[in-house]
Amino acid sequence: MAEQKTTAIKPLNKMNFYKKQQRLALRNCGVIDPESIDEYIAVDGYQALAKALTGLKPEDVIQIIKDSGLRGRGGGGFPTGLKWDFTARNSADQKYVVCNADEGDPGAFMDRSVLEGDPHCIVEAMALCGYATGATEGYIYVRAEYPVAVKRLEIAIAQAKEYGFLGKNIFESGFDFDLHIRLGAGAFVCGEETALMTSIEGNRGEPRPRPPYPAVKGLFGKPTTENNVETFANVPQIILKGAGFFAAMGTEKSKGTKVFALGGKINNTGLVEIPMGTTLREIIEEIGGGIPGGKKFKAAQTGGPSGGCIPVSLIDTPIDYDNLTAIGCMMGSGGLIVMDEDNCMVDIAKFFLDFTVDESCGKCSPCRIGTKRMQEMLEKIIEGKATMQDLEKLEELAHYIKENSLCGLGQTAPNPVLATMKFFKDEYIAHVVEKRCPSAQCKSLLRYVIDPEKCIGCTLCARVCPVDAITGEPKKLHVIDQEKCIKCGACMAACKRVQAISRI
Amino acid sequence: MLKKISKIPFNGTPEQEEQLRAVIEECKSDKSLLMHVMQRAQHIYGYLPFEVQAMIADGMDIPLEKVYGVSTFYAQFALSPKGKYNISVCLGTACYVKGSQEILDKICEKLGIGPDECTKDGIFSIEACRCIGACGLAPVMMINEDVYGNLKPDQIDQILAKYTD
Ligand SMILES: Cc1cc2nc3c(=O)[nH]c(=O)nc-3n(C[C@H](O)[C@H](O)[C@H](O)COP(=O)(O)O)c2cc1C
Ligand code: SF4
Ligand code: SF4
Ligand code: FES
Repeated sequence: MAEQKTTAIKPLNKMNFYKKQQRLALRNCGVIDPESIDEYIAVDGYQALAKALTGLKPEDVIQIIKDSGLRGRGGGGFPTGLKWDFTARNSADQKYVVCNADEGDPGAFMDRSVLEGDPHCIVEAMALCGYATGATEGYIYVRAEYPVAVKRLEIAIAQAKEYGFLGKNIFESGFDFDLHIRLGAGAFVCGEETALMTSIEGNRGEPRPRPPYPAVKGLFGKPTTENNVETFANVPQIILKGAGFFAAMGTEKSKGTKVFALGGKINNTGLVEIPMGTTLREIIEEIGGGIPGGKKFKAAQTGGPSGGCIPVSLIDTPIDYDNLTAIGCMMGSGGLIVMDEDNCMVDIAKFFLDFTVDESCGKCSPCRIGTKRMQEMLEKIIEGKATMQDLEKLEELAHYIKENSLCGLGQTAPNPVLATMKFFKDEYIAHVVEKRCPSAQCKSLLRYVIDPEKCIGCTLCARVCPVDAITGEPKKLHVIDQEKCIKCGACMAACKRVQAISRI
Repeated sequence: MLKKISKIPFNGTPEQEEQLRAVIEECKSDKSLLMHVMQRAQHIYGYLPFEVQAMIADGMDIPLEKVYGVSTFYAQFALSPKGKYNISVCLGTACYVKGSQEILDKICEKLGIGPDECTKDGIFSIEACRCIGACGLAPVMMINEDVYGNLKPDQIDQILAKYTD
């Protein structure tokens, strides 16, 4: 591209934010009217279903999905074609297709965008899955916080029925398929596949032990295929354009694209869809436009409370399932939180653990009790009361919880702690040995001090201090009593003109 | 999750009951619709008191303990009503050391209810919350969206008087 000297507006595909992106799962979002089936049809909607029902055998559909290399976008990365094959091989009087739209990772909204922007695509994909696996009914389990998504899905299902894309004898093929919507009620664990099915059945959403796997005994005890929204969003195009089209994108073992919700300390926040194999550096520096305020990049968290962090030393890692697993992270459903030098990694680990402690369903003790104990140990570290022995215990307990919890929530809950301990051990040690938080974030370890050179004795700080920790005569030097100070920061804010107070 | 069960007498109207019965009638053939019925019941009543849970259990022919089990599992189901004005008193560190517990006690005493409860007339409910980021004004409370800072117990009467109906 020739250097442009003018300040003309660049076309969208030339802007850095879009240049590196490739829209597959999000291709129709913001492009078509999600409440119009005709607009979906105009962009080849329901063509894949027509192609499959009139010209492909169920096993052909499965083979195409297998050949495409599509893997689950809900976090685990299990090969989708294989999953469908398992269900197809089990004969039963009734089978089900389930779409996981519970999107629980805090701050992630990829699935929501697909449901709100392209609901017909999910309807079509679920019908395709039903045809391939021999299921005649499907359920979409949607997070209760997504009312717009629910409304658009309801419209899409009604329209599809009217056009004969759902219901009896679709395309005169003899294949029947019907869809239902179920709403969640605010329990993170319900994103786990067995818990989700228990919840659809109208119960407390507690996970069940596997095996038996859902392909054998899933929803209502029948063989069930469960996939994530974004996984389904890729299916119609794969069927329509062929496996090769999809397999041409990405890395050797991770094909296609992945949508991420980019957030945290980054200039361009929002959804990005990139080919697998894009490096973290490209995401942060080119698509994300770098870190605000000229701060240094420290790490990025993928996989939310189940994932781990990628430190700056690994910023050139191509993002795909296997590379992330190899460094002790996981792809997760697509949350990507960027952290800069001001973030304390121990504090971040605790933030995610607090979340899991709140969301543990309590069914099994390694997770229910173990995560609570880990939380207490992290608190000790953050308060500067821990010993090196505690660090060892923390790590030991983390491994124990991973190995002994019943479901994925407990099995992955220690990941944020383990990953930060692996890459930022020095920060943990600073808290434990030096009783110091290198990023000046942990309240108990930091101190507010007044610079005697700068203090003009205006008394502002003393007046705002909620605990009267600051003493000093007017026009004379003020001092903070560290015993009394509760580190609320009010004094520093009050002294913003003179800037005599600093946090160390 | 520990949930506080409301001690306020149930005062559902016949219209509400009629609506709920219609929902149950529509769904009772499929027991897996329990959560769906509970969601709609919460929409009708604003929360899920025992009486409503019992009606659902009866109508859907599902044991009451199961309905109760589901209601306590999911964060979205409320067992206590919220008042028209919800008072949250900050018990964060800065507020606590500046005596916000005293403020909370004073409000509870004045309204005759405890935290996570609602007055009989449905006007006020009280809850304790964590730091709301206004420590410089400690002790702090919020009534719906209004923030009150630098509180003293003897100001409570005057403030509550502003919220009458
Ligand atoms: C605690 C927990 C929460 C989960 N939350 C979600 C979620 O919100 N959305 C999702 O699609 N998968 C979630 N999963 C993964 C699902 O269990 C399941 O693996 C996935 O939906 C399968 O679909 P896929 O193969 O298409 O990825 C979660 C797993 C665990 C253990
Ligand atoms: S691991 Fe945690 S969330 Fe999963 S079953 Fe056990 S207690 Fe429940
Ligand atoms: S940080 Fe808060 S408590 Fe500490 S001296 Fe400043 S105003 Fe007082
Ligand atoms: S502690 Fe109450 S506002 Fe911060």
